[in-house]
Amino acid sequence: MKTLGLTATALSVIALSASGAFAQSRDQIRIVGSSTVFPYTQAVAEEFSNQTGAPAPIVESTGTGGGMQIFCSGVGEQTPDLTGASRAMTMSEFELCTQNGVTDITEALIGYDGLAMAVARNSEADWGLTLEQVYLALAAEVPQDGELVANPYSNWSEIDDSLPDVAITVLGPPPTSGTRDAFVELAMHAGCEENEAAMELSEASGNEDWIEENCSRMRTDGPFIESGENDNLIVQRLNTDPNALGIFGYSFLYENTDTLVGVPLDGVEIELATIASGDYPLSRPLYFYVKDAHRGVIPNLQEFVEEYMSDNALGDGGYLSERGLVTLPEDERAELQARVTSGEGDFAAAE
Amino acid sequence: MTDFPNDGTKSGGQQWASEAFKGRLAKRHRKETGLKLLGLAALSLAFLMLGILLWTLISGGAQAFRQTHVTLDVPISAEMVDAADPAAGNYRGVIGEAMQATFPDAAPDQMRALSGILSNAAQFVLRDRVVADPELIGQTVEIRVPTSDTYDQLNKGNVDEGSAEATRRLSDEEIRAFRQLEAEGRITLPANWALLTNADSRFPELAGLRGAIIGSFYALLVCFVISFPLGIGAAIYLEEFAPKNKISDVIEVNINNLAAVPSVVFGLLGLAVFLNWFGMQRSAPFVGGLVLALMTLPTIIIATRAALKAVPPSIREAAMGVGASKQQVVFGHVLPLAMPGILTGTIIGLAQALGETAPLLLIGMNAFVTAAPGSPFDASTALPTQIFIWADSPERGFVARTSAAILVLLGFLVLMNAIAIFLRNKFERRW
Repeated sequence: MKTLGLTATALSVIALSASGAFAQSRDQIRIVGSSTVFPYTQAVAEEFSNQTGAPAPIVESTGTGGGMQIFCSGVGEQTPDLTGASRAMTMSEFELCTQNGVTDITEALIGYDGLAMAVARNSEADWGLTLEQVYLALAAEVPQDGELVANPYSNWSEIDDSLPDVAITVLGPPPTSGTRDAFVELAMHAGCEENEAAMELSEASGNEDWIEENCSRMRTDGPFIESGENDNLIVQRLNTDPNALGIFGYSFLYENTDTLVGVPLDGVEIELATIASGDYPLSRPLYFYVKDAHRGVIPNLQEFVEEYMSDNALGDGGYLSERGLVTLPEDERAELQARVTSGEGDFAAAE
Repeated sequence: MTDFPNDGTKSGGQQWASEAFKGRLAKRHRKETGLKLLGLAALSLAFLMLGILLWTLISGGAQAFRQTHVTLDVPISAEMVDAADPAAGNYRGVIGEAMQATFPDAAPDQMRALSGILSNAAQFVLRDRVVADPELIGQTVEIRVPTSDTYDQLNKGNVDEGSAEATRRLSDEEIRAFRQLEAEGRITLPANWALLTNADSRFPELAGLRGAIIGSFYALLVCFVISFPLGIGAAIYLEEFAPKNKISDVIEVNINNLAAVPSVVFGLLGLAVFLNWFGMQRSAPFVGGLVLALMTLPTIIIATRAALKAVPPSIREAAMGVGASKQQVVFGHVLPLAMPGILTGTIIGLAQALGETAPLLLIGMNAFVTAAPGSPFDASTALPTQIFIWADSPERGFVARTSAAILVLLGFLVLMNAIAIFLRNKFERRW
């Protein structure tokens, strides 16, 4: 064990001496958080650095939950200044923040993101699904004759005669992904609620969390294919299999409109307008959270937040909408801009 | 010498020419041929796979090594750019005027779309030119800037102009405008040096590997500086000084096991120790280097021990015979002779570290950083994590750039392995 001991000692000596090099004050803004918000934060970071000549903020894609963990780990230069989130901060995350001394947090709603269910343009079938059909096609267990049984459907037409007679093949994100969480909540749970048989079971059980417990699991017997975090791979697969559906963020559909087309859900097409209005059922809000204690301490943080909230970025035709962000209506935005840039109305008060 | 009758019979009773013998011989030959074919098939399969890998990478990535540029004459008016403070000029406006002059017939609402032909970097390229040489204000300068990604895809033939207008990212009008520029000879497709000289960007046409290459270099430097001396020290002690007993056996087994530990475990260790305990900064190549050093150390120890073992005992005995101390024997004779083997092992260990992704993801080296790091303590990406980021970006241009980045990484790996082979062939001594 002597070598290991030696190594450890040497490493710790080096590490401690290096901590000195890190101790000098930080001049870059550090951002963590959701992979969905990541491309937008990236855009603001690059634009901000180009415009002002300030050092470019470091943006890291950690996922919403992972970002909250790091963001809430404390106040100070070792911790990030901003985190992106594809859902609102939960109460337990806020408690974690408070415990670690992060008490002043400003929440900024930047816009909406749509989850697309898309299919290749050369698909011959006529697609249009309800959330109930999506639920029946993809849940691990579906109600039949008054009880939950393993999903028996293998063709879309078995669910409803009006659907194309092709095998169910859906490529989607793995459980570790925030996109998956959003899909389960927005599509599976909602579809479950639309299904009468499932609701009867839910009422009979008298369990408030019945839907959460029984409609969250995606099937693992083949028709639903977990395709990793890489949405580009799903896009490529869809192009080779015209009857397969893919689930990914709207920005990937937006970049691939030449080969892919969104499947209307509950009769609503996926478009910027329907996502913003909330008519499209799979739309979710995107946020970022700022540590107020870091404003004025970390150089340029305040200016960066102002750039993020500016009309140039968030407005109609701003550079974030060019990247596929569905922005807020103008009046809402103006109110938000004032609140976020001043740092008033922090998250605790909003709860 | 006994004369054997050459008629296929042998005194021992074995019939060399008998049918049974011929049958056995043919069977043995068949088995040998079978084994040879099996080996050949395995080798061909391996080559086929390598071929497919390289072919997909090269066919996918080749386009990224060239980038569509547009050449524009830009009049820099004194109204837009104040000579007293050239950095604060309205360069977006200057570019807009230049585009209007190029397309005199375009209506103002069309100009917005047409300005999209140029990369967002055009205004900053112009700004840097003017700041460097304020004399340019009032003159017309010719700039060559990248086009934005969608037009780059158009120029490379990735846009089907025959398809319905609504299904394309570019309208008919935008394509016509681009073709007009092409007809005027303003469109060129030069080598994409930005891929190596730019840092990361959200725009595919501007994104490059500079930050990742420098980040990987710093991480490997830190990895080398720590693991090389420590690894050699540990190996010398174990090989030359340590008594052979239970404890040294346990250490040996442990080191061999350590070499097989999945790299993600070292990443978690780095996260817990370097980031959380020592409070080092996330995303720094220095921390990446420390983690990679932990991973490379066992490889170097094992390679060094093998190299030390390969030095014949006669060398040690001869040196000791003339009165050298053990330390003199090791540093004066054994280590120099073992050095080619040690270096080869080290370079192969470093090449492995260069391609390592998982531990770097855990310590945050997959960040978006638009500036190359100036020191090992600045935030940065590394080559494999940059590939990871690009592979997950929605823009079309990043698909080809991902393959191109993999080719660059493979190029560095081949280079390092070639150096290892060169060192071995040049300095290796056989006894």
